[in-house]
Amino acid sequence: MFEIFGIPSTALFGQLLIGLINGSFYALLSLGLAVIFGMLNIINFAHGAQYMMGAFAAYLLLQYTGIGYWPALIVAPVVVGITGMIVERFLLQWLYKLDHLYGLLLTFGLALIIEGLARKYFGSAGLPYSVPESLQGGRNLGFMFLPNYRAWVIAVSLVVCFGTWFMIERTRLGAYLRAATENPTLVRAFGINVPRMITLTYGFGVALAAFAGVMAAPIYNVSPQMGSELIIVVFAVVVIGGMGSILGAILTGFGLGVVEGLTKVFFPEASNTVIFVIMAIVLLVRPAGLFGRRG
Amino acid sequence: MEPRVEPIAPKSALQTRSEAIALVLMVVVLVVAPFVTYPLFLMQVMCFALFACAFNLLTGYVGLLSFGHALYFGWASYLCAHAAKVWGFSPELAILTGTLTAALCGLVAGSLAIRRQGIYFAMVTLALAQMMYFFALRAKFTGGEDGIQAVPRGKLFGLIDLQNETAMYIVVLTVFLAGFLLIYRIIHSPFGEVLKAIRENETRAISLGYKTERYKLLAFVLSATLAGAAGSTKAIVVQLASLTDVNWPMSGEVILMTLVGGLGTIFGPVVGAVIILVMQYKLAPVGEWVLVIQGVIFVACVLLFRRGIVGELATKLGIRL
Repeated sequence: MFEIFGIPSTALFGQLLIGLINGSFYALLSLGLAVIFGMLNIINFAHGAQYMMGAFAAYLLLQYTGIGYWPALIVAPVVVGITGMIVERFLLQWLYKLDHLYGLLLTFGLALIIEGLARKYFGSAGLPYSVPESLQGGRNLGFMFLPNYRAWVIAVSLVVCFGTWFMIERTRLGAYLRAATENPTLVRAFGINVPRMITLTYGFGVALAAFAGVMAAPIYNVSPQMGSELIIVVFAVVVIGGMGSILGAILTGFGLGVVEGLTKVFFPEASNTVIFVIMAIVLLVRPAGLFGRRG
Repeated sequence: MEPRVEPIAPKSALQTRSEAIALVLMVVVLVVAPFVTYPLFLMQVMCFALFACAFNLLTGYVGLLSFGHALYFGWASYLCAHAAKVWGFSPELAILTGTLTAALCGLVAGSLAIRRQGIYFAMVTLALAQMMYFFALRAKFTGGEDGIQAVPRGKLFGLIDLQNETAMYIVVLTVFLAGFLLIYRIIHSPFGEVLKAIRENETRAISLGYKTERYKLLAFVLSATLAGAAGSTKAIVVQLASLTDVNWPMSGEVILMTLVGGLGTIFGPVVGAVIILVMQYKLAPVGEWVLVIQGVIFVACVLLFRRGIVGELATKLGIRL
């Protein structure tokens, strides 16, 4: 045990860890938003609600079918992703020719419906979801105590984030995707089914949110409002980073999580607002965002 | 956002005077209504109607979707309540305090938000409003979760006791009509024409020599100020300022009112406010469904009737409303 700037190391590293955990979720969610926006030109306001759906899916799977954390990590995102694809087919596809803002309004309505239904059937109080047995406990690193589950969340988020980046930037499928983002008509002329690609992209983005939700379930309580609180912060993260770059979204997400964690140590009153303040400063200094293109 | 109602060349007397006729009708209804239904409810409706009209000035006429209008409504409501209760201001000065607070907030938030367009503008306004929500949650004078309760209505100009429901009603009606007519005047002024030009094609407006940033900022501040007037008046009427007024669902609600009534129509927000408040009142026994139903209305409006009720009506009849 030692001190840094008069703060005990355990407290400092503890908050840093929480910062990295929050940063993992910011990164996963802003990544999903960026992928969806690139392809659909829609800001998915329901992203927070779909993250909450992931957590609830994990909870319900355990409660009613006895399916535990590990299978839920795959099953919940797939199920929620499929609901996303249904939403895209039946609702969102009518909006592509309209102003982007209608997509925001429609998905905001969806978020209200999902959150309202969750409140109606599960109440506003949080439901517990325990850490899987194999990840319980933790290890003492000398300067701090590291719970195994939290280490797992950070590691998996990093893997998923960079996996997504690799898929989009370095594979053939990703090349189709990027091409379709730039010029859908031309890509269609090459015989690629662009509407199906759009549906799958939305499903993938939603599944990413649900995956984050399952991972969040053992850390935060599973509650109807867990998504709406998070999504507004993620919007600020997206404004700061800009949606032009996948890597930018990941870096901004983790970076802002850490900054928020540090603020909790040195100036706890501001920890809720620090990301919004950073957003205001970025707007003043670099209006297009750290990694954004002008516009 | 795209134009909701196409401008049309006036043909008959009805068509040229449609706005004036609707205005007279509205005033008549507002004068008669308190004899038919609860005045307190009507006063709340007028406050929210003014709030929605203020929002519509920015979103319907300049095409900038603000997702954070609760900031101006809520903070005006707090400052007005504080001024009336703690500083002992008379109601007209308290309302003025709240309104000026909103104007100031609008100036700061607006100059940040107009630096980005479209989708980002919406996200910036939402994030800034959320930041101010956290300030309201933490600040001592707002009373946190309790809000500022038992705000005195006081005496208007130190003379007229506003505990009297009729006097209060007349004050609210005056504030509402003044705000409404101001917005009407703004929309039909040369300044308003430039705002609409920015909505239709900002690049073109810039090429014609207009400093669109300034127009957008002024429209933003005006919208925030009028939202503040609505929030302040509401604080005096219901004698309460609370976190509900500054939180994001309130920003969503004002969008919903305007969307239902008709974005970019003069009377749409008023009609929308009436519909949403009546719905909330009727649904109070099954309160848990309100959120779901609001969500469904959002989805239905966006997919099926983007012009809103008044917009559809105006298009059908070929008149301006």
